[in-house]
Amino acid sequence: MKYGTLLRTLLLSVPLVIAGCGQEDGASDATTSNEVTQSAGSSDGIIVDVSDPNAQFVPVLSYRTGPYAPNGMPVANGFTEYLKLINARDGGINGVKISFEECETGYATARSIECYERLKGKGPTGAAVFNPMSTGATFAITEKAPVDKIPLITMGYGRSESRNGGVFPWNFPIYGTYWTAADVLVTHLGDINGGLDNLKGKKIALVYHDSPFGKEPIPLLEKRASMHDFELIKLPVTHPGVEQKSAWINIRKEQPDYVLLWGWGVMNSTAIKEATGVRYPRDQIYGIWWAGAEPDVRPAAADAVGYQAVSMISSGQAQVHKDILSYLYDAGLGSGERAGVGEVLYNVGLLNAALVVESIRTAQSKYGEKPLTGEQVRWGIENLNITEENIQDLGLSGYMYPVNLSCSDHEGKRAARLHRWNGESWEYSTDWISADDAVLQPMVKSAADTYAKEAGLPANACES
Amino acid sequence: MGFFVEVLLSGLMAGVLYSLVALGFVLIFKASGVFNFAQGAMVLFAALTFVRLLDILKDSFAPITLSLIITIAMMVMLAMAIERLVLRPLVNQPGISLFMATLGIAYFLDGFGQTLWGSDIYTLDIGIPKGSIFILESVFDGGVLVAKEDLVATVIAGLLVVTLAIFFQKTRIGRALRAVADDHQAAQSIGIPLNYIWVIVWTVAGLVALVAGVIWGSKLGVQFSLSLIALKALPVLILGGFESVLGAVIGGLIIGAGEKLSEIYIGPYVGGGIEYWFAYMLALGFLMFRPQGLFGEVHIDRV
Amino acid sequence: MFYREAGQFKTSYKADQAVFPIFQDRIFVAIWLFLGFVVVPMLANEYVFRAIFIPVIIMALAAIGLNLLVGYCGQVSLGSGAFMAVGAYAAYNFMIRIPELNPLICFLLGGLSATVVGVIFGIPSLRIKGFYLAVATLALQFFTDWTFSRIDWFTNYTPSGSIAVQPVEVWGFVFDSPIRKYLLCLTVLVIFTVIAKNLVRGRIGRAWMATRDMDVAAEIIGIRPIYAKLSAFAVSSFFIGVAGALWAYVHLGSWEPLAFDINLSFSILFMVIIGGLGSIVGGMLGATFITLLPLFLNQLPIWLGINMSTAMVSHLEYMIFGGLIIFFLAVEPLGLARIWQITKEKLRLWPFPH
Repeated sequence: MKYGTLLRTLLLSVPLVIAGCGQEDGASDATTSNEVTQSAGSSDGIIVDVSDPNAQFVPVLSYRTGPYAPNGMPVANGFTEYLKLINARDGGINGVKISFEECETGYATARSIECYERLKGKGPTGAAVFNPMSTGATFAITEKAPVDKIPLITMGYGRSESRNGGVFPWNFPIYGTYWTAADVLVTHLGDINGGLDNLKGKKIALVYHDSPFGKEPIPLLEKRASMHDFELIKLPVTHPGVEQKSAWINIRKEQPDYVLLWGWGVMNSTAIKEATGVRYPRDQIYGIWWAGAEPDVRPAAADAVGYQAVSMISSGQAQVHKDILSYLYDAGLGSGERAGVGEVLYNVGLLNAALVVESIRTAQSKYGEKPLTGEQVRWGIENLNITEENIQDLGLSGYMYPVNLSCSDHEGKRAARLHRWNGESWEYSTDWISADDAVLQPMVKSAADTYAKEAGLPANACES
Repeated sequence: MGFFVEVLLSGLMAGVLYSLVALGFVLIFKASGVFNFAQGAMVLFAALTFVRLLDILKDSFAPITLSLIITIAMMVMLAMAIERLVLRPLVNQPGISLFMATLGIAYFLDGFGQTLWGSDIYTLDIGIPKGSIFILESVFDGGVLVAKEDLVATVIAGLLVVTLAIFFQKTRIGRALRAVADDHQAAQSIGIPLNYIWVIVWTVAGLVALVAGVIWGSKLGVQFSLSLIALKALPVLILGGFESVLGAVIGGLIIGAGEKLSEIYIGPYVGGGIEYWFAYMLALGFLMFRPQGLFGEVHIDRV
Repeated sequence: MFYREAGQFKTSYKADQAVFPIFQDRIFVAIWLFLGFVVVPMLANEYVFRAIFIPVIIMALAAIGLNLLVGYCGQVSLGSGAFMAVGAYAAYNFMIRIPELNPLICFLLGGLSATVVGVIFGIPSLRIKGFYLAVATLALQFFTDWTFSRIDWFTNYTPSGSIAVQPVEVWGFVFDSPIRKYLLCLTVLVIFTVIAKNLVRGRIGRAWMATRDMDVAAEIIGIRPIYAKLSAFAVSSFFIGVAGALWAYVHLGSWEPLAFDINLSFSILFMVIIGGLGSIVGGMLGATFITLLPLFLNQLPIWLGINMSTAMVSHLEYMIFGGLIIFFLAVEPLGLARIWQITKEKLRLWPFPH
């Protein structure tokens, strides 16, 4: 009888699954799925097999499902499409094609580690460089990468003190850390108040995602608060952030002069909705760059107008986007919708991939034009020197910035702009604002020293 | 004083929504003894189906009505599938196996919903007014600020709760449901078709999920996190009792008010973010005095 | 004919009370130990160690621990993630605050801290039962999530609240390579399995089972529920706490409170149920199944050479995982352990069924 049930269950579940698959095909005009589009065009030479002995393997950690999928998808699309474009348009990096494999992490740390282990040895020379795309995962992989000799590029996230290449030789938080972002925001608040000293007596609330990501800026903000005598109100929001009424009731009670929003995923759009509910002016809310993209403001629609966020890169299209549309989307090889090309998070993924590609290119200048190991690519990242002309040639004008890394500085650029949501799109609202390295440097040093001491590493490998 | 009332009110309004999700749990537990952890996944699935259909049918003559009908049809089909594929093979299993099976349903629905409709964030606008208003200005100095969305949501949720209570108490099916809840075998022996009843409760739970999903979805956008609000309903359940509709309502209000008040008035002293565990602790505290929940039924064990 | 106990006579009480009274079982266990300690280290590669064996072994330990509570004593707990967190954070704090302490002692102290917490949160079980208790244990889950992210002392005031640890070093021997980590975990698992096996055969195990089967009756025959229930909570939390310390130190190396969230609790409960309630082997089988199934489903399309988008693979993984859970519960409600038992019974007669 038991096996009768077994058989029945099996038989009955088959049509259900088939029905599911059938409906998937029917709905594919709305949700573009990869396998449908990929079969449409010829992918020869664009999608390279991982086992290809002449290709450079780049691992991709992405999250296309789960609570953070709306943000993870455009990042992953931008990242992979740039790699595909390099194969399609340039025939690879100096003739070396790029192969890549995506691994779904669901933004979970344990799963990210499994993905890291799965992908690190693939391809002819192993993984070139990892982009964990999550602060929690970055912390975990930071412990493993030095052993495996694979570098990490953590563009705009991860450990803030990891810019110190003397202690963290394998971490590269290029274009900014959370401390940089927080300092840029405080500097901007100083600017609009006519000087940092005028922040005295002001109240600044930090609404943050209750995770390492959200807590990163706190040490810097506390230091700034004691320097300029403003009051910092810390309001944690529990993952994933759908319920944050209390934080905003607190804001209504305290009436802070500014709110800094350190959220990711659904937390951001909810925050803006709640701000509307308690009538807190949106133009006094400033977000981190992970809170400044289309999925964060679209659900709030008109309510979000005036909200600003610090920005690594804004939305819009450069030459490279046109190339992506013509080389990939016109050939049916795009992974998302056409309209998504050029959104903020898409561009973040794109810029991230561009850094990976340029690092490999730099490394090739030393080690030759062949697939390289992680250790060789690390040299390439550390000696990255991107000039305005390079950017012009890459078709990324305005969407990539000159950067010059060194052993002691793995960040390269400590300035950012703010952009504002105008109801339709994001537009820059300020010029470049520099973070004050006199404040950041001692903090980086002391945090990195502590880490080196606990982990038993040399305090500064750059000097030796 | 005005501020206190504001906090209390926002807590109560959040509580009504928790009650709504908790109701889904209670209905199913009452009629089939299943602790249905898939309720959250059903909320997501229903809301996703609705919002995506709305998008597909936006050019038809009555998009909202049509999508609503199709979504309800899907929820009925889902209920039938669950009854046929999960409940029937698992009949007479211990409660914990059934609970685990509903977790299986939750996994399945999470994957199925996203396959079918995508995992992006979808804006849902069915005309719930936005913005906020001051009320009770004559009573308190400065009045009390409430979001209109929350008010509308509370009214809808409240209406649904009342409807369900009446449905349970007054209609023929409702009486059959209660009979099944009391004693499966006795109910069956007087001619109440058990399978049919199960389909009905799961359908009703699906409808409750749809309403909850639409309310939350129009506020937050429809996306995966909706499936996690089920966790907010659990303390409501243990507080109110797994078998009591009234308990779900009262429990929701207590939990909602309790967590907001605690967060605002205790939170700042301990670093904030306490509302998640505070709700559970509050419920746990109640349980120490009434182990079967506020309105739960006392079971007498016979040796 | 391969599993026939006929002819194996016991001539002393001692022999009759052996852990594995049947000769074939002893052979079988010996083969497994040989495979685990000798063959696997020679064959496996790094990915297999780090992503498969180490997590499976640690999860098996946690599942055995939870099984003592749920399967043997009948108290449903959804707080395993919390106990693991307590074990991990306590081990970390002992380690950094008393640096001269042996890390293995720290793991045990981590387990003991989890025991203390377990006993405190086991007290409600004296009043409440069933799902009420299950949901009540969630209180602990959320409370520990909050505690470890809000009270900076526990994380030694690291700015982000994330902890990074060094490799475990015992008497100058560093457990840094995957194979050493693997052997460490396996040794711990074997020792704890022997302890668990002996506990459940003894007086205390019988007290648990009596409480599970009918607590009122157990009370009447002289088993004090407070003693039975709290000891089950204590032992179970100890196991889970040690597993948590290993998970943090050996598997993760760096973690945040979210690493021990409610999903972890659910998956451990899954392992117990799918593996088989009230069975030590079941805990191991369940841990293997639940840990490996998603990885297997996730990589299957690549092995088969099917070109499918990552998102689609992931969604299918969810659907098939959910479907299989229901399927298993329906087909074999007593879990994988029962299937194992049936196999053994079949082997008794096979290949001559009559």
